Amino acid sequence: MMMTIGNGNLRVDLKLIADMIEPGSRVLDVGCGEGALLDWLGRTKNVDGRGVELSMAGVSAAVSHGLSVIQGDADTDLKDYPSGAFDYVILSQTLQATHEPRTVLSHMLRIGRRAIVSFPNFGHWRVRAHLLLRGTMPVTDTLAYDWYDTPNIHFCTIRDFLNLSRSLGITVERSIALDRGGKVLPLPDCEGIANLFADQGLFVLSRRGG
Amino acid sequence: MIMSESSGSPSSPPPPGLKVELGRDRPIRLDCGVDLGPVTVAYQTYGRLNADKSNAILICHALTGDHYVADPHPITGKPGWWSELVGPGRVFDTDRYFLICSNVLGGCMGTTGPMDVNPATGQPWNLSFPVITIGDMVQVQARLVDHLGIDRLFCVVGGSMGGMQVLEWAHSFPERVFAAIPIAAAARHSAQNIAFHEVGRQAIVADPDWCEGNYLLEGKRPHRGLAVARMAAHITYLSEPALHQKFGRNLQNRETVTYGFDADFQVESYLRHQGSTFVDRFDANSYLYITRAMDYFDLAAENGGVLANAFRGTRTRFCVVSFTSDWLFPTPESRAIVHALNAVAANVSFVEIKSDKGHDAFLLDEPEFHATLTGFLEGAAAHRGLPRAKGGGP
Repeated sequence: MMMTIGNGNLRVDLKLIADMIEPGSRVLDVGCGEGALLDWLGRTKNVDGRGVELSMAGVSAAVSHGLSVIQGDADTDLKDYPSGAFDYVILSQTLQATHEPRTVLSHMLRIGRRAIVSFPNFGHWRVRAHLLLRGTMPVTDTLAYDWYDTPNIHFCTIRDFLNLSRSLGITVERSIALDRGGKVLPLPDCEGIANLFADQGLFVLSRRGG
Repeated sequence: MIMSESSGSPSSPPPPGLKVELGRDRPIRLDCGVDLGPVTVAYQTYGRLNADKSNAILICHALTGDHYVADPHPITGKPGWWSELVGPGRVFDTDRYFLICSNVLGGCMGTTGPMDVNPATGQPWNLSFPVITIGDMVQVQARLVDHLGIDRLFCVVGGSMGGMQVLEWAHSFPERVFAAIPIAAAARHSAQNIAFHEVGRQAIVADPDWCEGNYLLEGKRPHRGLAVARMAAHITYLSEPALHQKFGRNLQNRETVTYGFDADFQVESYLRHQGSTFVDRFDANSYLYITRAMDYFDLAAENGGVLANAFRGTRTRFCVVSFTSDWLFPTPESRAIVHALNAVAANVSFVEIKSDKGHDAFLLDEPEFHATLTGFLEGAAAHRGLPRAKGGGP
């Protein structure tokens, strides 16, 4: 079909997400960048994919590759979509940069049957140690910005996220702990341990009873 | 005699392009309630229609555009308004696509408009020409597409008023539009835009040579009024930074200001030139009619006040494009279209192109814009099952 984006190899964490998507499904990727995941899903799983991306350069690159991507952001552009329009709504490494994470999550589960969310875990022991020992805002591989120029305005820990999901009545179907590179960490299925040792968390969510 | 005035001296060759008479047996029912027919449509085509007639792209021109998309203009001799985009291997690849562009209803470049003769009276229509709408223009285009034997267009594309026509096509004939590209457009004409149009119209009707619209019969032309209308409109097509970069406060062929009302500044001289050359190629009454059509355009109002209703159930693939410095059709207008399309889960792409060239950016050399068009068309062509570009990579 079209030229592939990048070298055709998908980033490790995106590949993990891609493997969760059923062939032929309808997917909305929020914060899709240049559309690498959508491109992959379209080519290998015949997915009807749409994307939302904030950066003009990202949108331009994605649309120039024939992908259906709009310039917009999670905070303002999810409310228009009708309920149940997608099988999956994906928010990869973007939740912490939204103004209203709770509203964004609610919309994702309204317009999608399932939501797939990943974010850097502020509860990781290195983050905790950094703040404890140095007394400055943590800067790590997954949180690579200084406090004054970070786009990340709503940090959360894995436990914070699970608490919010519970309060919104969201069912957590799968929880996956990832390392810095996005590879799965073989941790025991325990919220406290994941919250301490996972650099990133990846979650598959659905509406309760949905 | 009146017609020959507009089409040059009788000995000059006919302008390029094609003409067809439509609606002789079945007149076109206009939005104002009038049945109009027959209607002459002047159009131009580029490339070849494929065997299953699936590669046709309809290009819709803007307010003062015409069907000379890629031909030298028969009056001004200037290159066609999208000549950079049309040709083998270009954005609108004539090796792959069959391009159609027709002069709009109410126009003055060959399609029936107010300067033509009303067959019922033998006199020019002038102001007795019915008031037309964007919807009427699209109805006439649809008749042309019928005439060409095309059931479904691969794509309908256009900027500004052309973009309004694209939206109208997607609304009125969703099954006939596989892909739609409204560029620097809006689903309704804003109060500010109506206001600018009104300034232009008042400049025309204030010209004594307008003769209450009957200047053709009086052997006059309201050139001053039409030129002022063009000058005012031209400002809205540019941007403050673009004007500043191009002219600043530079003086025109003089060292100091003259303490008079001559064109001291380059920008004045430029605008006067824009006005005076425009009147050679455009008809004042056409200007009144076509600006009115744009003013009346409001796709939401036609659909119960909800724009999304205009596109409910659509299967068309959309690519909406706006430009950062366009203050005539600013990005929020395009975003409103995108939100409406999202609300019906339509397949839509939306790109805001960074440009300092204002509304006119869609006519100018903007590589990112052209890459967006190419990429979107490529994706749509793959979904439509059209063969890929010659020499295209894997």
